[in-house]
This record gives sequence, structure tokens and C-alpha cells, in this order.
Amino acid sequence: MATEAKAHELIVSVSPHVRGKETVGRIMWTVNLSLLPAFIMSVYYFGPLAAYVTGLCILSAVLTEHIYQVSLNKKTTIGDGSAFLTGLLLGLNLPASVPFYIPIVGSFIAIVITKLLFGGLGYNIFNPALIGRAFLLISFPRLMTIWLKPTAQFVSLDAKTTATPLGILKEGGLDQLMQVFGDKADLYMSLLVGNRAGSLGETSVIALLIGAALLLYRGYITWHIPFSFLATVGVMAWALGGDSGFFTGDPLIHLLSGGLILGAFFMATDYVTCPSIRKGQIVFGIGCGLITMLIRLKGGFPEGVMFAILLMNCFAPLIDRGVKSKMFGAIKEQKK
Amino acid sequence: MSIQKKSNWELLKNGMFGENTIFRMAISLCPSIAVTNGLKNGVALGISVMFVQTMVNITISAMRKFIHPKIRIPIFMLVIAGYVTIIDMLMATYARTIYREIGLYIQIIVAFASIFARAEVFASKNKIVPSLFDGLGMGIGFLLAMIVISFFRELLGKGELFGYSLISGNPLLIMILPAGGFLAVGLLMGFFNWVDMKFYGGKGASGV
Repeated sequence: MATEAKAHELIVSVSPHVRGKETVGRIMWTVNLSLLPAFIMSVYYFGPLAAYVTGLCILSAVLTEHIYQVSLNKKTTIGDGSAFLTGLLLGLNLPASVPFYIPIVGSFIAIVITKLLFGGLGYNIFNPALIGRAFLLISFPRLMTIWLKPTAQFVSLDAKTTATPLGILKEGGLDQLMQVFGDKADLYMSLLVGNRAGSLGETSVIALLIGAALLLYRGYITWHIPFSFLATVGVMAWALGGDSGFFTGDPLIHLLSGGLILGAFFMATDYVTCPSIRKGQIVFGIGCGLITMLIRLKGGFPEGVMFAILLMNCFAPLIDRGVKSKMFGAIKEQKK
Repeated sequence: MSIQKKSNWELLKNGMFGENTIFRMAISLCPSIAVTNGLKNGVALGISVMFVQTMVNITISAMRKFIHPKIRIPIFMLVIAGYVTIIDMLMATYARTIYREIGLYIQIIVAFASIFARAEVFASKNKIVPSLFDGLGMGIGFLLAMIVISFFRELLGKGELFGYSLISGNPLLIMILPAGGFLAVGLLMGFFNWVDMKFYGGKGASGV
């Protein structure tokens, strides 16, 4: 009888027994928050148009997910912020001057084709926002490469268009880039602050690094992928990017321009589509860096971060399998 | 030598829907992606395949008693190659512009899995009339698949149908590129699976 009275204190259950506070929603909304500085800088430089494009992306991504899941009698998952994040990332990856249907088509492809048809969050092979952007870039090559000149005056109605730093570098080489931006210090300053043409969210390196610092501090991302990605790009740019032979290139230009910072910290580190073993993450980052620089230096496109991450997404499961550590005490299987 | 119990109409329907070459069996996918960036090309290849499929089935069925089982594969090959040569020469003479675009894929009909499979599975075991309807059904099924795929790809990718401009504005360029072909085939295959499961109680193509 005495044991029975105390029985309710012993609860037998299956693991996990200790639950943390972290949920998918909490992580996703924190990532959204960490992109806020980049969003503010994009609105500062590109005017209300930036807010309009990004907002349209977020709205259509969330609505698409909600309508799809409601119409199939499934539980809607818009509350966990992942659709919001996909829309936000897609918006920050678009130029400011796109017509209204481009964000809508991109969000549809990202949410329905890339994520929900594969089974929803956690089952997608590729990063949804990047597939959305790749689809748009291939479908509308003209519209997706009209870059507005940053004005910082909050009037963008008669904005001038210009080429991105990487575009200038590809077409005219380093000399022309110097002509546009003045001397090297000015160039680095513009790239750091974000006073250059490009996709909405990728321009301001400082704002992105503030957000990345928050994620690193909270432990939501680790240094492995971004560091190996950036280091590979830096080394490749230094070794092969110069005009006058090996090891004369300028790694800082390549590190600060294009979508590299945004891609390395916010998109390559997507939990679902990167390897989950630390060693594998370093391999993943190195692969991303190699492909990025291959496209930037030798390929047809001026920028290659998007295609690099997508290509490495394919290899993520393979990498995980390759670097899996041996169980302690287990004997390596003999080949017959 | 099993005698087919199905009626001719059922054989036709089987080829068009039940065992549709592309959407249900998922064979001969190479031309369905390579050629379907325009309705004109898709229809031309579909009709060629329909012709070859029907004629091969009839011929093999007529010769089935004389083919030694050990050398049946080379003989099927010869018969198929003969009909493909006929259609190839006909197209080269009378349909020059289309032939310039899809000539390679006309010649590659020789290697189509669907034609070979029907010769082996059906025509070499059945009488001439059922074989005719089976070949016709398979050919029509292939033609239908090509029409559906190329309809969506040309409409979305160029805003045109049969080369006539219908929609102005910016089309989805990706749809006439190979990547768009995979997208279109995949989505349509999923749609036909959904129809099969929802309305006919089937298991879908992968549930076999």
C-alpha cells in the first residue's frame, strides 16, 4: 500500500527526459531577428522599394504555405517562422527593381516545389530560398540583373542602374573597379557599409556580421561552415584572383562583395541542407568556397555563391556518410 | 503462348492510361525532356513513335511463329530499325524544318525501351489484331504525354502554342530549358498519380 501511494512520483517514460527551451519556432524567429540589421540597411540604401520587395516575398511565402496546407487538410506550420524566413531570405536575395510577380513566383517555387512537395520543413534537399532565386535568375535573366545604384536618400523613383562590384570586376578588371570607387580604402569602406549595387540584403557586410554574431553567440550556428567557406574563398582569391600571376590577388574584395557573407552565415548553415557532423561541415564549407571561386573567376556568371551552396546541398548526405566516425571499440569491417 | 483476354478497346485504353509509357511506366523519358520544348516537335515525335510502335507490333506478331527464341532480340532490333529508317527518310524529305530540329531523336527511336518492351512482352505472344491495338494504344499514350508536356512547356516557356504567340510579357524561360523539362514531367507524373489514386483507387506508379 505504501508503495502504491508513492507510485505517482515515479513516472516511466521514453526519452528525451530533459527538454531544452529551444524549439524550431524559437530558432527560426531568432534567425529572422538577426537579419533585421541587413534589412534596415537595405531600406536605408535602396529606399521603400526594398521594403516593398521583401515584404511581398514574405507575404507570398507565408500565404502560399498556409493555403497549401489548409487546402490539403494539414496542420498549418506558418507559426514556426520557417516560411517567414524563406520569404525574407528570398527577398534579401533579389534586386530592388523587380516587378511584382517575381517575388510571388519565387516564393511559390521555394515553398511548394522545394519544401512542401518533398515533405515539409526538415525534408527538403535544397535550400528553398536559393532554389527560388535560382529559378528566377534562370527564368528572368534580364530582370534579375538590373541593379539599382544605392542612393541613401529615401527616394528611389528615378534611381539609376549600375553594375555590381563583381560584375565590374568580371567585365573590366580591377582597374575599372578602382575608377568607380576611388582608392582601395574607399572601396573596402563602401563594401563594408553596403554603399554598392547588389541584391537587397547582401550589400551591407557590417549589418550581416552583427546578425551572424547573434546567431553564433546563441549557438544556433557554429563557426565550421562559415569559417571554412570564407577561408577557402580568401585563399583562392589570393592565389588565383590576381592579374599578374599567382598569389597576387586581393582576397578582401572577393570576401566582402557579392552574396558571400549572407550565403556563408545564413544560407549555407541551414540545418536541413548541410551536413550534421562537424568534420563534414568543414568539407561542405570548403566545397562551397571552391565552387564559388571557380564560378567567379572562370564561369559565365559574376557571382557563384548561390550555385555553390545548391551544388553542395546535393552532396550533404554523402559527406555525412563519408566522415562518420567509427564506433568506439568497433573493428573496421574487412573487405572481402 | 498466352492469349490476351482483354477486348481491343481495353487494350487501347491500357496503352493510353493504365500503362502510359511516360507517366506510368516512366520509360523513354529522354525524348520527353529533350524534344518537348515546343508543341510542333512534340507532336512530330509522338506521331513517329506511334507509327513505329504499331508497325513493329504488327510485324513481330505476324512473324512470331518463325522467330527462334534464341535470336529474337536481334530480329526485333532489325524490324524496329527498318521502320525507323522509313520514318526517318520520310521526315527528311517531307518535313525538313522539323527534321532539322528533332532528326537525332527520330533516329534514336531505335533504342526506345517502350517499343522494344511491347514487342517482347506483347506482340511476340499475341495474334495480329490485339497486337495492332496494343501498339496503337501505346503510341497514342506516348503522343498524348508528349502533347501535354510540350503544351505546358511551350506555353509557359515561350508564351506560344505551335509557334503562334499567345501571351506577351516575360515568359518563364526555365521551362524550355532541360531543367524545366524535368519539372514539367515530374509535376505531371504526380498529377496523373493523384488522379489514379483519387478517382480509380489505384496505388500510383510507384506503388506497383
